[in-house]
Amino acid sequence: MILVLAEQQGGTLNRASWETVAAAQQAGGPVKVAVLGAGAEVPAAELAGADVAEVLLVQAPPIESYTLDGYVAAMVQLVAAEHPDNVFLPHTYQARDYAPALAVRLGLAHVTDCVGTKRTDTGLLFVRPVFQGRLLADVAPAGPALVTFQIGAVRADSVTRGAAPAPIRTVAATVDAAAIRQKPEAPFREAKQAVDLTEAERIVAVGRGIKAQEKIALAQQLAAALGAEVGASRPICDAGWLPMDRQIGSSGQTVAPKLYVALGVSGAIQHLVGMKGSRTIVAINKDPEAPIFEIADYGVVGDLFEIVPALIKELQG
Amino acid sequence: MKIAVCLKQVPARDWQPRVNDQKTWVRDQDASFELNEPDAYALEEGLRLKEKLGGEVVVCSAGPARVSQALREALARGADRAIHVEDDGLATADAFAVAEALASAMRDEQFDLVLTGLQSDDQGFAQTGVMLAELLGIASATIIMEVVVQAGALRVKRELEGGWFQWVGVPLPALLTIQSGINQLRYATLKGIMAAKKKEIRKFAPPAGGSPRQQIVSLYVPEKRKHTEMIGGAAADAAKTLIKLLREDARVLS
Repeated sequence: MILVLAEQQGGTLNRASWETVAAAQQAGGPVKVAVLGAGAEVPAAELAGADVAEVLLVQAPPIESYTLDGYVAAMVQLVAAEHPDNVFLPHTYQARDYAPALAVRLGLAHVTDCVGTKRTDTGLLFVRPVFQGRLLADVAPAGPALVTFQIGAVRADSVTRGAAPAPIRTVAATVDAAAIRQKPEAPFREAKQAVDLTEAERIVAVGRGIKAQEKIALAQQLAAALGAEVGASRPICDAGWLPMDRQIGSSGQTVAPKLYVALGVSGAIQHLVGMKGSRTIVAINKDPEAPIFEIADYGVVGDLFEIVPALIKELQG
Repeated sequence: MKIAVCLKQVPARDWQPRVNDQKTWVRDQDASFELNEPDAYALEEGLRLKEKLGGEVVVCSAGPARVSQALREALARGADRAIHVEDDGLATADAFAVAEALASAMRDEQFDLVLTGLQSDDQGFAQTGVMLAELLGIASATIIMEVVVQAGALRVKRELEGGWFQWVGVPLPALLTIQSGINQLRYATLKGIMAAKKKEIRKFAPPAGGSPRQQIVSLYVPEKRKHTEMIGGAAADAAKTLIKLLREDARVLS
């Protein structure tokens, strides 16, 4: 049996939970889904629509909102009671926060950021990217594993729906509020984002290959010639070369413009998840093996400092 | 404040990984190695906290002999001393084995604060920090964008998804995984490099009897799912071809 730990906040299910349910169904065998936290009744009812054996509504009274210690304490009891063959979670920031501690506490292998599963005679293998997505690894855990799935790796709409709603069982977990060391405050957003890249029809994105802050101007000139907005991968914003609100990727904005021109963007997974829905993707990179070419419609291998000025000239010509 | 910063040494970013004959790891004999960039932000944060509050920064790494190079680099940037759990097997080990190796060497030091990067550029587990906290029995918080030290406790800013943040209080001792971009990195000065030569790197053997929790049974280049039209030629020709294709084929330009 695969136990999926769904993620919800204030009664809203994280969409990635559906992807993880789909991954569990595709891995084969019975699936149960558990959901925890204040307001979990509504997500539990939604999840019952999937073709799963059971939905577990975990009630642990002191847990209103997420804390690492609180979730680990509750999930340890849940997993011990259900003894699944494997536990699946979406590879969200929340899972990254508590799942490693849960794995240690339960003595489980922890296989993270998986993009798929393979069934073999000796058991399930988990496919995960390594070396910045340049290679894939088939990983065999020693015994039961706590497995996280990369956001977007499995389609949420590939979930098999059940003929009738799955039964919902309430499970009680005892959590000692005094033992929760993290004291969370209310989530907030920084000052409203000045640039909404999600509305842009065309985007010129800058990656590490731009080499120097003063070269950003070249990307801006190309953007002006194309009628595009300028975006960037995380390292560019980390370095302060462009403001954080220009960042595209898992910790920035998710965009799907008609045209996406990637300049010196290698294509780390964290960036790809934020732009792979773009209609036409152009990659310009000196490294012919950069992962960005895997998802590009048009690729130019070469020096962007030669190609970009030529593009600007061509557009203005 | 007694601060530990955990570092990993990884193949350089521009090194092209090739799969070995057994398809279980890369041929890294010819690789050049560097300090894992996310860990550099953890180091910088540790150095800044020490400058503000006093105390010491101890850099800790688990890996083969070559790792001393990364530790030396961290000492040159301003760390005070280093702990190296040395074993060839740690180069390919899973996060749990690395966390166990680090915990065995770090436990007696009773650090107030342990910092790690978010994940490594090689295997990218994103687990080692939280596992280490669990093994050391200290509180942890992840993906941290700001650290405020208060009496016996921390107030840290966690990055959530989609532009959301959250302040979380955590008692000391604690472990934090630091988000890249939290600060601006410093580089080693010549004076720092000279001083680093005299700083101590203490070596430890990893704990005996550990067995891997997971193994790579096959490593390979991802299969291409999309047809990519590659455009060659000189820059001017390539530009002309690309613009024509974008106008007439993809129809995304007028």
